[in-house]
Amino acid sequence: MRAAVVVLVGVALVLAGCETPGDDASGDGPTTTIPGAGADAGGLGRAPLGPVDARVTPGSQADLSSRVGDRVYFGFDRYDLTTAARATLDRQAAWLRQFPNVAVTIEGHCDERGTREYNIALGHRRATAVKSYLVALGIPGSRIDTTSFGKERPSVAGSDQASWAENRRAVTVVN
Amino acid sequence: MTPSPISAPRCDRRPRRPAAPSSPPSRSRRCHGLADPVAPIAVALITVALVTVGLVRPVAAELRIDVTRGQAEPVPIAITGLAGAPPSAPAVGRRLAEVISADLESSGLFAPLPPARFPPEAGSRPDTPRFGDWVALRQQALVTGQVSGEPDGRLKVAFRLWDVFAEQQLTGLAYYTRPNNWRRVAHIIADAVYARLTGEPGYFDSRIVYIAESGPPTNRVKRLAIMDQDGHNHRYLTDGRTLVLTPRFSPTAQEITYLSFLTNKPRAYLFNIDTGRQEVLGDFPGITFAPRFSPDGNKVIMSLATGTHTNIYTLDLRTRVIVQLTDSPAIDTSPSYAPDGDRIAFESDRGGTQQIYVMAADGASVRRISFGDGRYASPVWSPRGDLIAFTRIHRGRFSIGVIRPDGTGERILAESFHVEGPTWAPNGRMLMFFRETPIDGGLRRRARLYVIDLEGRREREVVTPMDASDPAWSPLIP
Repeated sequence: MRAAVVVLVGVALVLAGCETPGDDASGDGPTTTIPGAGADAGGLGRAPLGPVDARVTPGSQADLSSRVGDRVYFGFDRYDLTTAARATLDRQAAWLRQFPNVAVTIEGHCDERGTREYNIALGHRRATAVKSYLVALGIPGSRIDTTSFGKERPSVAGSDQASWAENRRAVTVVN
Repeated sequence: MTPSPISAPRCDRRPRRPAAPSSPPSRSRRCHGLADPVAPIAVALITVALVTVGLVRPVAAELRIDVTRGQAEPVPIAITGLAGAPPSAPAVGRRLAEVISADLESSGLFAPLPPARFPPEAGSRPDTPRFGDWVALRQQALVTGQVSGEPDGRLKVAFRLWDVFAEQQLTGLAYYTRPNNWRRVAHIIADAVYARLTGEPGYFDSRIVYIAESGPPTNRVKRLAIMDQDGHNHRYLTDGRTLVLTPRFSPTAQEITYLSFLTNKPRAYLFNIDTGRQEVLGDFPGITFAPRFSPDGNKVIMSLATGTHTNIYTLDLRTRVIVQLTDSPAIDTSPSYAPDGDRIAFESDRGGTQQIYVMAADGASVRRISFGDGRYASPVWSPRGDLIAFTRIHRGRFSIGVIRPDGTGERILAESFHVEGPTWAPNGRMLMFFRETPIDGGLRRRARLYVIDLEGRREREVVTPMDASDPAWSPLIP
């Protein structure tokens, strides 16, 4: 799954002409917005929810990440939701309706190419964008908390465009 | 007998934060050093006395160093080992001289003579040096001194600074302190020499608080750590279980405001160095970050993020009153007061990208001052008030620079894959920052602290036990 995401991010960057950061396009990685082909399109299919894995507790974090997808990705210095991100969040909303007692925290994250304090704020914008979308789909705001880790908790360690794309994310974490 | 032109004793330093009427006498008012943070009950560490001697003869042209000069050569100075060997600290005379030399050399303004080149019996006559010996070695300034043990167990450290050509004492002071506090006395002497020869305050008797880092990038362990400005007396203030970021000293250097993820959310906290006590700052409806003290120490200014907006607020530490200073849908953060407290620099992306703005302390009269290429972030106002340091991101590279508060005179001092977090020496003549470099094919990072002069000419690493980021330089220790 993770490998598939990385591959698709790489493909997306190639399709976008491997844009390099311009003068102002350096704060949070490359400006690469591909309609309908966001980094989080990786291998999740179109079904509202994936097949149930008998080894995974329903309503758990593992259930969310394996059947639904627990994270969405963002463009450089962006906090608007891509088409792919919305598809993932549609599934998250369905999953949250399926488990009405589950409360979650949306964790906003950034890549390492911005300044520390700006990225705290940018991560919070991303978490807020996800929460707002889920609330608009009818999930009570009281079930959704938000936080930001800025650039402090990257998902992958690399110092390249693909790693940065994977680190610009909002992760839905079961409380 | 003409009195020596001695710089003001340290006890004359103006306290920066008036003590509340009910509180015990402020330590900064006394002629004593800040207590060693490891031993908070220790007081009366240092007392000062003046050392006066008769002048040999008046001088025509006084030895004077211009700290703003460009390419000039560092001034040759000989710092002899301080004579005397008290039983409680037999080698302290030589070690004092080593620390004084290292401090002065690190400023880039002085070139201390290697002890191997000293004339025979150098320093053995601290009150009547043989100036001819030092003239022959082309030295312009000379430091001599004596160490002795007092009956009460304290050390007495006396030094004299001489103008070699004029054969004149420029300053002389004596300090009384506990033997294990000798490094601090060395820094105070280095400051006295620096101040006497440059006419500006020194910065060596100061500390650095920073973030000590270890572990992989995906699960970095970050701890608050504190050390003297030369890297000695290092210790950790937190245990690494909680992610902490962006510490800043209070004007008395006794408290630190910083960011902690104790509750899994970024919140601004206060840390008392003497007691180790930590407290969250304010009851805000969102995440708070980028905290710094006001120059009088009575307020903390910080960012509050609510939804997609981030604005700047102050919290009065005495009344707990919260005041909102900016109100925009943008990210307004990294506030920094001017030293007089009248203005605030901050960054905002209200114009599309991060840029630096200056506003009045009440939030009025907002004006953008950065107009160069790229993004301008994290402004830090100099203690002298004349410059604002910043972090710039341009074409995927980070740099550290300075700009005048009116937006003119921008200069870039250091540029790398990642440099960030400038902080000013207490006299506003040097900057410290951190540099992070990808290693092992980008899978790990090396992070270190560096000091650079304002011409960007001379950069040196501040040695830390492990990776280091987010440095904050204290004021001179009261």
